[in-house]
Amino acid sequence: MSRRVRVNPITCEAHGMCAELLPERIKLDEWGYPIVDGAPLEGEQVDHAVRAARACPTFALLVNNERR
Amino acid sequence: MPGTMNTVMLDRPAEEIQEPATLPRLLQGIRPEGPLGLRSHLALHGPLPRVRTGGRRRGREQAGAFIEDLERSGLLGRGGAGFPAAVKMRAVAAAKGRAIVVGNGCEGEPASMKDRTLIQTLPHLIIDGGIIAAEAVGADEVILAMCESSPESTDAITAAIEERGGEGSHSPNLRVAEVPSHYSAGQETALVNHLGGGPSLPTFTPPRVFEKGISGRPTLVNNVETLAHIALISRHGSRWFRQLGTPSQPGSSLVTLSGAVAHPGVYEIETGSSLSSLINAGGGATGPMRGALIGGYGGSWIAGEYLRGIALSNEHLAPHGATLGAGVVHLLSDQACPVAETASLARWMAGQSARQCGPCIHGLDALSEALDQVASGAAPARAGQRISRLASLTARRGACAHPDGAVRMIISGIEAFETEFADHARHGHCEQCSREPELPVPHRPLNMPAPRGKEARR
Repeated sequence: MSRRVRVNPITCEAHGMCAELLPERIKLDEWGYPIVDGAPLEGEQVDHAVRAARACPTFALLVNNERR
Repeated sequence: MPGTMNTVMLDRPAEEIQEPATLPRLLQGIRPEGPLGLRSHLALHGPLPRVRTGGRRRGREQAGAFIEDLERSGLLGRGGAGFPAAVKMRAVAAAKGRAIVVGNGCEGEPASMKDRTLIQTLPHLIIDGGIIAAEAVGADEVILAMCESSPESTDAITAAIEERGGEGSHSPNLRVAEVPSHYSAGQETALVNHLGGGPSLPTFTPPRVFEKGISGRPTLVNNVETLAHIALISRHGSRWFRQLGTPSQPGSSLVTLSGAVAHPGVYEIETGSSLSSLINAGGGATGPMRGALIGGYGGSWIAGEYLRGIALSNEHLAPHGATLGAGVVHLLSDQACPVAETASLARWMAGQSARQCGPCIHGLDALSEALDQVASGAAPARAGQRISRLASLTARRGACAHPDGAVRMIISGIEAFETEFADHARHGHCEQCSREPELPVPHRPLNMPAPRGKEARR
């Protein structure tokens, strides 16, 4: 089963940690909010994504198995 | 008072026609003096059939058979998103726990009047649909959600429930709830959030409301017009329903016609009929048109030169980037400035953001500001590029579809009125810019709940 990242835009407060820890999939817009590539994560990106999700101060980054 | 369209007969083999395909359907029996009472309603439409009478297992089969017929009818939701009604109903029926049905009469679209018209003239059709939906999904309660800015609607639906014995006397239980009047209050998750005792703000999905809605129960939210169609489909069946409309969008639709037309109001049309026939039904145009806004404030502008050939179905509107949405059809007169109107709507839509999601807050504010700059001739170089970039940074990045709709309206306006936008960018405001906007941007008290924290960080 493929895993993907997703952001809860309501809880996200633009701390930007996710873009630091998962730059392959997350860039920041001009206001600091994440622009997420929701394609399936590959190889060690899964570990990076899980680490980024744990580092998010508002738990707004989600790593899940569901289709978007 | 709303008008109705002329009778339409379709050219079909006689043996297929059980009952004649005529209009009006929903608006049949509408009276200028007030709501149609229960006795007249039943005399007109006949008794309400049951779609679940048996015990547990037999009842489920009966309900399943009704949902199958609803699927064959092809009914699409009438709140704006146009989602297939049967798919939603089946998901609620299959979810774990005792379901609950919500009739959504919030109608936050300032240019739409069709829901309140239906509520205030034909409330029993909506209640019938709510009862059928509740039987189909196995719900024991129907909440009829009315907009608090329309006390007439609350009064009409409450009186209709009184005629049936009052709240608490009916099975399923029928209950009226008042909901705040801001634009996103009728958004499905915001409505469920409010009815469950929370703030009237959209929530993150999943969970979807069909799995976990009010008090964690599977919740079926249907627009009141959708419920009215369900009431008639339960009586006449899917084949009757499909005698009008197009194969992909069958039946009739309520539309709110406004702007440059002799008799603005609510009309019932055959879905897929021409815009010209709607304008004729509305007594004809009052003058030349610069364009039309179709769907709602989160809908699409279409330039005047294309209006002659437009038909009112999603299929026909797709090449113009539009959908029928919530049935709003506003004909922009040649007295109005399309640039000023688009900018005014953009500002209003930015103000109607629930201000929970960063890209919606910042994106819509920035887009609105950019449009104001173009309208006044004060835009910096490459303003068009900046607007395109802001649009892509704003759409599809919120918890709900509010930013998507606002961006669609803005971009379609810039495309439909390209010449006028270029003219304003170069020379600033035109003579018509100073007029009061033709499309209403209500300043009524919004009672929008305060978002948590995000505003303070701006």
